[in-house]
Amino acid sequence: MSRRMRMLVLGPALLGLGALFAWAIAGLPAFGDYRGPYGFVLNRVVVPLRHTTNVVMGTTFDVRGLDTMGEEFILYAAIVGVTLLLRDETRSRQAERRTSRLDEDAVRLVGVAMIGGGLLVGLWLMAFGYITPGGGFQGGVLAAGAVLLLYLVGSHRDYRPFRNEHFLDPLEAVGAGGYIIVGLAALASGTAFLTNLFGLGTTGTLVSSGSIALLNWASALAVSCAMLLLFAEFLETYVVPLEPEDAAS
Amino acid sequence: MLLGTLVPLQAVAFALVALGAPLVVLTRDPLRQALVNGIYGVSLVCLFVVLQAADPALSMLVVSGIGYPLVILAAVTRVRGHERTEQKKDEKQ
Amino acid sequence: MSYLPYVVAAWICLVGIAGIATSRNLIHLAVCLTVTQSSSYVLLLSVGYVKHGKAPIFIGTKVGSTAADPVVQALTLTDVVVSVAVIALILALALDAHRLSGSVDPDGIADVSG
Repeated sequence: MSRRMRMLVLGPALLGLGALFAWAIAGLPAFGDYRGPYGFVLNRVVVPLRHTTNVVMGTTFDVRGLDTMGEEFILYAAIVGVTLLLRDETRSRQAERRTSRLDEDAVRLVGVAMIGGGLLVGLWLMAFGYITPGGGFQGGVLAAGAVLLLYLVGSHRDYRPFRNEHFLDPLEAVGAGGYIIVGLAALASGTAFLTNLFGLGTTGTLVSSGSIALLNWASALAVSCAMLLLFAEFLETYVVPLEPEDAAS
Repeated sequence: MLLGTLVPLQAVAFALVALGAPLVVLTRDPLRQALVNGIYGVSLVCLFVVLQAADPALSMLVVSGIGYPLVILAAVTRVRGHERTEQKKDEKQ
Repeated sequence: MSYLPYVVAAWICLVGIAGIATSRNLIHLAVCLTVTQSSSYVLLLSVGYVKHGKAPIFIGTKVGSTAADPVVQALTLTDVVVSVAVIALILALALDAHRLSGSVDPDGIADVSG
């Protein structure tokens, strides 16, 4: 339908949707008046049962572990889609493109300091995900972002080892598949898929919470490699070679 | 105060987010919109912290600081690069 | 006033949908989609908030003190990270459409044949 028709239909449609929202909101409990049992049960039960102090992580990887597996596969499928759309085999064999290098020393200095800081904070978030706020998802994106900073601050040659598809594709698959394998290990020993089988350790230390730690690391690997692949596909395919006139303008 | 069960800090955070969303939508140029989206992401992080959600706040911080600007800017650069090469082809003909 | 959070979530959703419908640029459309997604996060976390509750992290605090709902927080945190990849896929499709038809206008692409 034409644009004008679309605008005419949009107004009443939004009003109708707003009316539906108003009707739904009228039936909700007031803000802060949480009644559902699951929150209260989980807050009391997860720490003694699983020895993990971050109940959100315990919920993500243990109580609702199946949902997280689904989310990881959404991530995996989206990356496969981006790769299929954008990866061009002929382009990657062209001669190395000229890319500009940052001239301002102050920016380069701050950027280099941030690479180390970002990578360490990302690794710390990944490692201590089940004790303090954090986890594989957040730490993975941050670590991948720190590596991307290498591309922005350094030159293309410094970044090239980290965009090697032959290295990143298998690693991401290991991360996504590792999640399934930990779940299947539980299945192989006679309990349900993704049951927390491994020794639970001491609450509050790194050696705790059994399979949550393993699933945390697997998803950290999968998410960081997925982000690196995403950056690689977008940047590689989208760096337009500098023409001489462009460099002068 | 007349805020019901809302703490004033939470009311301010909600108001900022409600103000930021139309600003993001009304910015038509994608390059500028990437920046406004980053600021909207920071206001969402403040809202999540005030709602006692630490892990989602970390996720949103990392994603709106690194993830979204990267993919949006890469797409904008590519579209402009394409348009420039098309323009050059038309000029040569 | 206790319903302000839900009204804000509904408002953000409507604004995002209006942005998607009136967009003239596919990249602008993708960013409006992220705004619509953020409305679902606001709604989830508002539903899970417990009055006078703390974050559901029990290092240093006694287990059993009031804390917010961890289930909605678990859903939100994975959703936020996955939405980046989904938006990247949409942008890749937009770029393909631009390459094939020469314009990023959603209305201009409809005329591509073959």
